[in-house]
Amino acid sequence: MSKLRLVMLPLALIFIAAGCGKSGSGARETIIRVEGSDTMVNVAQAWAEDYDKLHPEVSVQVLGGGSGVGIASLIDGNCDMADTSRKMKADEIARATAKQGAAPIEHVVGFDALAIYVHKDNPIDSISLEELAEIYGDGGTITKWSQLGVKIPSGTDKITWLNRQNSSGTYVYFRETILGDKRDYNMGSLNQNGSKDVISMIAHTPGAIGYSGMGYATNEVKMLKVSHKKGEPGVAPSVENVHNNTYPITRPLQIYTLGEPKGAVKAYLDWIKSAEGQQVVLDKGYVPVFKHDK
Amino acid sequence: MINNAADPSARDKKPISIAWFIRAGSRYAEPFIEFVIRLCGWSAIVFVIAIFFFVFREAAPMLFGGLNLAEFFTSPIWQPSSEVRPQYGILALLVGSLSVTALATALAMPLGLGAAVYISEFAGGKSREILKIAVELLAAVPSVVWGFIGYMVLGPIIIKLTGAPVGLNLLNGGIILALMSVPIIVSVGEDALKAVPDSYREAALAMGASRWEIVYRVLFPAAKNGLLAAVLLGIGRAIGETMAVLMATGNAVQIPHSLLDPISTLTATIASELGEAVEGGTHYRVLFLIGVVLFAITFIVNLTADLVIKGFRTEKEN
Repeated sequence: MSKLRLVMLPLALIFIAAGCGKSGSGARETIIRVEGSDTMVNVAQAWAEDYDKLHPEVSVQVLGGGSGVGIASLIDGNCDMADTSRKMKADEIARATAKQGAAPIEHVVGFDALAIYVHKDNPIDSISLEELAEIYGDGGTITKWSQLGVKIPSGTDKITWLNRQNSSGTYVYFRETILGDKRDYNMGSLNQNGSKDVISMIAHTPGAIGYSGMGYATNEVKMLKVSHKKGEPGVAPSVENVHNNTYPITRPLQIYTLGEPKGAVKAYLDWIKSAEGQQVVLDKGYVPVFKHDK
Repeated sequence: MINNAADPSARDKKPISIAWFIRAGSRYAEPFIEFVIRLCGWSAIVFVIAIFFFVFREAAPMLFGGLNLAEFFTSPIWQPSSEVRPQYGILALLVGSLSVTALATALAMPLGLGAAVYISEFAGGKSREILKIAVELLAAVPSVVWGFIGYMVLGPIIIKLTGAPVGLNLLNGGIILALMSVPIIVSVGEDALKAVPDSYREAALAMGASRWEIVYRVLFPAAKNGLLAAVLLGIGRAIGETMAVLMATGNAVQIPHSLLDPISTLTATIASELGEAVEGGTHYRVLFLIGVVLFAITFIVNLTADLVIKGFRTEKEN
């Protein structure tokens, strides 16, 4: 009984709080509805929480679901901001304009750089997009580390290549970047269900290679330098190299609004682009838009 | 014990409520309780039909013309989010599911039946009780914990012992699934052995049979249907398992050529892809179709087990 009550008390408080929030919202709170990318949902959530401390009168509601879901919601007028890890397509922009009477405006709020990871004992230092395509692509020719000129200390030579589950946006983005839209991944990759899973799998597997956000790096894995073509000098994934546009596997993260943002939405967006909002981007493992000294 | 404070009031109320029931309820209460119990009994059938209905409803558009079913069953290429041409071939997944289940059965059958024989025939008094409790505890370990053991413990051991490039593979999944189905095989198998009348054992002993001969020549033939049912129920457990294989098999969609190849199973594919598949889209419906396939497989396995058990019962009555 007493245990049950211990559980019930916070629950009841939550309900009461939720109830107050609802009843009061019409009177004093402004609600900003944000929807979209799963890649960005952690950042969006952190922005909302930090902003709530600064401006308790504004309530930011964040939903994930994927970039496509956010864009569809924006077109239907069900959200104020759509987080997307891809650009809106021309027909989506046309539909939004027709339906809502205002063209969607794009705001780049950060960058996502995918790093190529290997086991920490792997002597390889740099890899090219061409080589990645032959490892990951349909009919690819590279299956052994010796083909890349390295010898794994544990003795294994087979390249164990890690992928994400095929419904992930990152899976699609990586495929577009290294294989284009005319080539599929090869079958037989080890499919991981999250960015962190990729890292922990590589940490356990001496012959593994995989891709994940550069913010997920740990001591047990190594990030490779990446070049476009074989033989070119590789570029390390870093904030500087994303800003000077030399790291090849980078995508912008953007927020779309319907027309120029106004009022509370504008204030929120300005804060996101400020040093404070961009620090959140950095803390969550992504690359902020502007350089700023701490 | 925490409830002590509340108890006195409850004690005060108790006689009143019983009296109330006796006075007003006896005429209605009994039929009502009977109705509730009957409802509980029949609910199982309702749930099975409802589950099948919902899974089938989502998959139906694929079954009737929406999908090339020949490709579905015979192609090893699973590329649902391809820009070139989405392909939905489950052959590799089917082979993955069946091979990991077969391996698990091959490992679990001797272990499980051996344990059942020991607990039923050889272990005495205290050690039997301890073993039974241990087997029950083993059955109660959540599948995600088994998966975790496969991922964190068994994987590195396999890499060390075999030199395999990846520790998460067919062998790992098979061992984990075997450990998961052993408790079922032990408890059902032990019941089957217990059901063999003691007169059989006594007759065999009287004829000078050793204990091994009793087990091998008398008990196994007498309990064979029950033991088969035990193994089939273990298989049913193995093929439907999701979380443990998701974590232990490596999730590579390919037809395995050795025990050390990573594989992917039907269940793990549904679990990892359904969450982000667009509702109502082809990928989503194909995942439900995989659900129908799985349903059919487990249905056949369980039905076989049931029929076998039934045979075992009537045989005993004769």
